Amino acid sequence: MKVLNEMKITFPSKSVNEGYARLAVAAFASQLDPPVDELADVKTAVSEAVTNCIVHAYPDKVGKIEICARIFENGEFYVKVKDYGCGIEDVKKAMEPLFTTCKNGERAGLGFAVMESFMDKLSVRSKVGRGTCVVMRKKFSQRG
Amino acid sequence: MPVRIVENKENKTVTAFLSGEIDHHGAKKMREEIDRAIDENLPSLLVLDFGEVSFMDSSGIGLVMGRYKKMRDLDGRVFVQNPSMHIKKVMRLAGLDKLAGIGDSSRKGVQP
Repeated sequence: MKVLNEMKITFPSKSVNEGYARLAVAAFASQLDPPVDELADVKTAVSEAVTNCIVHAYPDKVGKIEICARIFENGEFYVKVKDYGCGIEDVKKAMEPLFTTCKNGERAGLGFAVMESFMDKLSVRSKVGRGTCVVMRKKFSQRG
Repeated sequence: MPVRIVENKENKTVTAFLSGEIDHHGAKKMREEIDRAIDENLPSLLVLDFGEVSFMDSSGIGLVMGRYKKMRDLDGRVFVQNPSMHIKKVMRLAGLDKLAGIGDSSRKGVQP
């Protein structure tokens, strides 16, 4: 499938960048003129993916987060969120709703559940010690 | 200010008017302020008003669930007020509607 447009950003895993990341991706996705609620879905999914990198991939240090977003010829929106952090040992388990390694009870364990539910497709690849790559796709409904 | 607290000692109610974007970065400060108001007032009802919240991810779920547990320990309740459609969608995904009452106030700032 032909890529019509593409953007890439790289930023350090500081929590203050969560807002920047979701807004940058949403601004790029706006070219497809998506309905407001579906754009909010993308913002939320990106926010979850980036928060996972900050909280889990780099728990004790600041590392690099890369985002690449694409618009395909068929109108599909693609976004990839990649880190070079600690990786996930058991991706299947990490993706179970309410599963969390957070001890203080303030993380709901719903990051992947939100990504899965708010986007059309979600794929997660991870290698322990190498990092994690999350790819999400969504086709926006046409505004009548 | 991301949180404005209104205390009603007569009704034993604390209302927290949240505003702006709730994510992992901002949630910590919000929950600290709400917890301080709970600890000081020991209310029987905590109202969380989302009327001015423009964005929320699952960090907001953690915020509500954490306060729900705290209020349960006090034999109190939590009411979520004025969430947008998007916020309701995130809350429903987490099943929060089963833990806390969710609804609109007839007038902003009026407690249920």
